[in-house]
Amino acid sequence: MSSLLETAANPENLRRVAIDPVSRVEGHGKVTILLDDKNKVHQVRLHIVEFRGFEKFIQGRPYWEVPVMVQRLCGICPVSHHLAASKALDAIVGAKHLTPTAEKIRRLMHYGQILQSHALHFFHLCSPDLLFGFDSDVSKRNIVGIAEKYPETARRGILLRKFGQEVIRHTAGKRVHGTGSVPGGVNKSLSVPERDELLKDIYQMVAWSREAVHMVKELHHKNPELYNSFGAFRANYMSMVGFDGSLDLYHGTLRARDANGNILFDGVDYQNYTQLIEEEVKNWSYMKFPYLKSLGKEKGWYRVGPLSRVQNCDFISTPLAEIERREFMAYSGVMPMHAPLGYHWARMIEMLHAAETIKDLLHDDDITGSDLIATGERCFEGVGVIEAPRGTLIHHYRVDENDLITMCNLIVSTTHNNQAMNEAVRRVAQQYLHGHEITEGLLNHIEVAVRAFDPCLSCATHALGKMPLEIEVLNEAGERLSSLSRSGDGTLS
Amino acid sequence: MSQNKQASFTLDGKTIPYAEGQTIIQAAMAAGEYIPHLCFNPEFKPHGSCKLCTVKANGRQTASCTQQPQPGMVVESDTTEINDERRALLQMLFVEGNHFCPSCEKSGNCQLQATAYELNMMSPHFDQFFPDRPVDASHPEYLLDFNRCILCSLCVRASRDVDGKNVFALSGRGIKSHLIVNAKSGRLADTDFTGYDKAAHVCPVGVILKKRVGFTVPIGSRSFDEKPISATPHPTVKGA
Repeated sequence: MSSLLETAANPENLRRVAIDPVSRVEGHGKVTILLDDKNKVHQVRLHIVEFRGFEKFIQGRPYWEVPVMVQRLCGICPVSHHLAASKALDAIVGAKHLTPTAEKIRRLMHYGQILQSHALHFFHLCSPDLLFGFDSDVSKRNIVGIAEKYPETARRGILLRKFGQEVIRHTAGKRVHGTGSVPGGVNKSLSVPERDELLKDIYQMVAWSREAVHMVKELHHKNPELYNSFGAFRANYMSMVGFDGSLDLYHGTLRARDANGNILFDGVDYQNYTQLIEEEVKNWSYMKFPYLKSLGKEKGWYRVGPLSRVQNCDFISTPLAEIERREFMAYSGVMPMHAPLGYHWARMIEMLHAAETIKDLLHDDDITGSDLIATGERCFEGVGVIEAPRGTLIHHYRVDENDLITMCNLIVSTTHNNQAMNEAVRRVAQQYLHGHEITEGLLNHIEVAVRAFDPCLSCATHALGKMPLEIEVLNEAGERLSSLSRSGDGTLS
Repeated sequence: MSQNKQASFTLDGKTIPYAEGQTIIQAAMAAGEYIPHLCFNPEFKPHGSCKLCTVKANGRQTASCTQQPQPGMVVESDTTEINDERRALLQMLFVEGNHFCPSCEKSGNCQLQATAYELNMMSPHFDQFFPDRPVDASHPEYLLDFNRCILCSLCVRASRDVDGKNVFALSGRGIKSHLIVNAKSGRLADTDFTGYDKAAHVCPVGVILKKRVGFTVPIGSRSFDEKPISATPHPTVKGA
């Protein structure tokens, strides 16, 4: 899988500009750009420069520890890993159908997570770019600047996130890294006082989420030229959809479409994901590059996350979000929207859906029930998939007869988007940097493209022993004395 | 000493009555006073190995789980000097094993963790040993996670003195000391250990664990969620 501007023909003769670290994203990554004397762009790469190792050190641990351990991959959306792991282990403990209470508590936890994560991303990380401008005064282009100029917007962002965190606390025991979900179910339901505490604020959250959708929509309508073309590229897209074709972020089957919106596959049981997806490694990033097997490395890369989900589903089950989805679809027309900035609009539609879903669940008596755990016939392999805030999250485990993990494979949302993010930054580099004197504002355009995907770079670098590696020994003058490379299959050269 | 008047000593200035044969820690516990400890459990004979319960008795350091008080003895426990030493002992215990509280199912019920909170241990301070200690999951119902063993020998004493089985023993010396089970294969499945044994329920940390039930107690309902270990009566027998 390679694309225009991925690798320059003569990199040694080019000037290197690095954005390191990319700011206002989760985790640590950098973008490198190679330019010639006339500032023409020859190479752009988004590098992920941290690695974690969870797939390796989870081996040999008891399976019931996994949902609590792997969520430590991330401090932003740990609930996603907590639930994806739990779903994989549901299969292992034979819990084919959770109790109504367990299923709804998990959904509540997950939609609380979606709400808080989307609010954090839009209000704290991206609104400074969208409200002030991509090349506005860098000293104001942050959440503090937003709080000064748009105090009500900043306040709502903070309170929306806080509410989502409270939903998580009541369902998982803690705002971050709780223990609520266990193989086969949950360890607690909501008490009546807990439910009533959340009910008190939920209507306000729905209203604010709706206004947030309107705010982004307005930005698109005001400046369609920018919003429709900034970093735009055509891509396949994939997500889980509900069994009825609805937007379901907790459970369902896999569906993918090509760049024209035609179905590539649909209704696929995610237990069979290995038949669909392959991962490629490249020696300049710790993050792998997944692609659809049926289309091959060159054409099989795809996009996940809100922009994919909102366009991939047939409908949204909650009324206000469905109205917004229809308007979004009408705006994009016959062809799917591929513009990265469309992620923000889709993300806010999902936030509204999350708030409405939480409201519905809080009115459901099952969430205060006491039947928490389901059991069944023990299996030795399980896959769990969830639509995390950033996209499709896959957890796959094998367990031996003594209950210990023997294999773990994680494909996280940001990894699915690896090629797509690289494409976006290359398009932006071509559109805005090519032939121009590089300024901070221009470089921020690159970051704006990365941020649109809401990447979680720490989540995306979980593998140990699989990532390609290049080690260079330099002398004091920066000249290379020796080097060692390891390819994705472990071969040294 | 008058026959009508019960003998007593002072613990950090408070008068603590005691009966003949009681140790300092037993008398303190009976009076509702907390002295940090790990290897002591009121159900078993003292072992005196962890040294967390060290106090100054009449100016001399001694293990309060083995030392019997004397009438009028002045015992100091909650002092900066002694607590600093206890914290260092805890830090050494943490770095000698692999104690990953965030993903440990004993978290919230663990005496080592609770005692570290009690003594304001903010970091391990010393370099981690990161020993390689594979878990023994051979038994169908119980798991041994040696990573968390603090060599308190409570399982050894319970198996030997209550169960009459000698399933567990400490082997090796000094820094190489480690917990073993009584089977040629070294596997718990090949011993006569059962879930009904006392030894199955005395581990103060997360070594001996019932399988497939981890994390079923929610945060907020665990032993030390509401009150610190110093305010939890007889925590050593919780879960027994």
